[in-house]
Amino acid sequence: MRNRRSKEHYEISLKGAPGSDQVLRLSGRLDLYATGHLLEQFKRVLKPKPPSSLSVDISGVKYLDSGGAMALKLLESQAAHQQVPFKLEGMTKQAQQMLQLIQPDKLAATPPPTSERRGNIIENLGAATRKLGGDLLDVIAFVGRIFLALVHVVRRPRSLRWRDVELYMERVGVDGLPIVALISFLLGLIMAFMSAIQLKNFGANVYVADLVALAMVRELGPIMTAVLVAGRSGSSFAAEIGTMVVNEEVDALTVMGFDPAVFLALPKIVATLLMMPLLILFADLMAILGGMIIGVLYLDLTVYTYVQHTMGALSVADITTGAFKGVVFAMLIAGIGCQRGFTVSGGAEGVGKVTTSAVVAAMFLIIVADSIFAIVQYYF
Amino acid sequence: MSQTTAQNTKSADIPITVENVTLGYGETVILEGVSFEVNSGEIVVIAGGSGCGKSTVLKGIIGLLRPLAGRILVHGVDVAAADEKQLTEVRKDFGVLFQSGALFGSMTLAENISLPLVDATHLDKDTVELLVRLKLSLVDLDGYEEYMPDEISGGMKKRAALARALALDPSILFFDEPSAGLDPITSAELDRTILSLNQAQNTTMLIVTHELDSIYTIAHRVVLLDKSAKGIIAIGDPHELAQTATDPRVKDFFHRKARE
Repeated sequence: MRNRRSKEHYEISLKGAPGSDQVLRLSGRLDLYATGHLLEQFKRVLKPKPPSSLSVDISGVKYLDSGGAMALKLLESQAAHQQVPFKLEGMTKQAQQMLQLIQPDKLAATPPPTSERRGNIIENLGAATRKLGGDLLDVIAFVGRIFLALVHVVRRPRSLRWRDVELYMERVGVDGLPIVALISFLLGLIMAFMSAIQLKNFGANVYVADLVALAMVRELGPIMTAVLVAGRSGSSFAAEIGTMVVNEEVDALTVMGFDPAVFLALPKIVATLLMMPLLILFADLMAILGGMIIGVLYLDLTVYTYVQHTMGALSVADITTGAFKGVVFAMLIAGIGCQRGFTVSGGAEGVGKVTTSAVVAAMFLIIVADSIFAIVQYYF
Repeated sequence: MSQTTAQNTKSADIPITVENVTLGYGETVILEGVSFEVNSGEIVVIAGGSGCGKSTVLKGIIGLLRPLAGRILVHGVDVAAADEKQLTEVRKDFGVLFQSGALFGSMTLAENISLPLVDATHLDKDTVELLVRLKLSLVDLDGYEEYMPDEISGGMKKRAALARALALDPSILFFDEPSAGLDPITSAELDRTILSLNQAQNTTMLIVTHELDSIYTIAHRVVLLDKSAKGIIAIGDPHELAQTATDPRVKDFFHRKARE
């Protein structure tokens, strides 16, 4: 079988002077791999001076596939074009059938379909702007639907699929805990270590505890957790719903009378809303633990002093604000993840695009929301 | 491997040999002791009811599922024992039409078809383009080179996928439910295309289907599988089987009777 791969296992000979009656004898394998070479050779037969007649003898051809047959057919139509009488001899029945399949008139290049034609820069700019506006409208409509659905659930809690909520709570919360804990622990450790180098100069070692606690609980805990949840869960929500759209599962839900936004998105959103504040509390705790290890081992603080200072620095309001931020971030991450999922078009590539877009949009919105929090906190 | 090489000379003329093969997923055995051969230029249909393991046999032969026992020789290479490199070599000589078509959604039809051409040959760009148009014209899709798969209908996708499977003029073609999701006319057209390709190129074909019309039209031989028997219950010419079979399960299949 291997020799099938090898190229140019054919022989070609041309008898007769240019301009007179010529006989082209072919033998061996006229296959796909030889097509390019064959086409080249055939061109030379008819140019520069075409024969008065051309007969092609293929009785020696052992194997003819679609590539070889196409080359022969193109030679025939080229000869007809130049009004050279053409004759094909020595065909086996099989070769005849192969040649019958080939229609040279169908091999001409066709212009691309209209949808492929690209407009000018202003058209494209307009189209992009309209799309952006459309996306924004979609997001607003989605937020409205989810809000109404949430109100409905508060009134009638049994309308929510709680088993799904449990499942996603496990995926977002329990499964996400190890990585959130590890990252926060290391973050606390790094923060304490970096600040200790500076604070040691002033003999203010003990304030490391205050610094780690405040920075983490107020700002970094919610942000880091949100970034991790967006990367882990926001992306998976988008990919999951996106694949369901591609497989027409979302259409199936719609025609069965379900609202896909409620059926698919709401359990994910509720689960994330419930788990996010808890993850943030764990993140805070682990970061303080990380800071404490540096404090105790490197700055000679006692565990008691470190805990005392941490507790002194924090107020209940700090912790609740952190948790509240978590709720807002959860809404953004899960909401945008699900919303993007529903906008998939095309196939696998579309799913990839919306997954990226879900994570990028979530991160952007998290930062915007956090800035708003900072401004509000400053004034009130 | 030396044992296999010894066998090669004997079985190289027969494109596909399935010897006493057991197939399954994990602990679940779906088929046991399946043996049959597909001769050069023959169209063999694997048929049977849902869940009898038709597609599983196909997966085994194209090397996507390792059999639990037995040997599957494709051009003399045991795909059950072959490593990835050998499998890739064997696969270059066959084309597969998947049930869903499996066209790459991010590529135009022309790009889908030129993918194997560019990879396996050293042909220049113009020749590849010419060959792409040839393959599309063979399945009556000329003029659709620049379309994306999601811009064409289900039947057209199937035909485009066939054009891709034909790209390298393979000596063996595998079809998984070629007529699934197609209307009877499109399905009959596809059958005609299959037959004309078989006659023109002497292509060996193994087709998984349960469409009786297709079986009668295209099959030289049919391999009938049964779920409860976990194996083959009949092999032979479909017209003969339909008339002479005594096994009630075979009769029922050919006469479209539901079994109690």
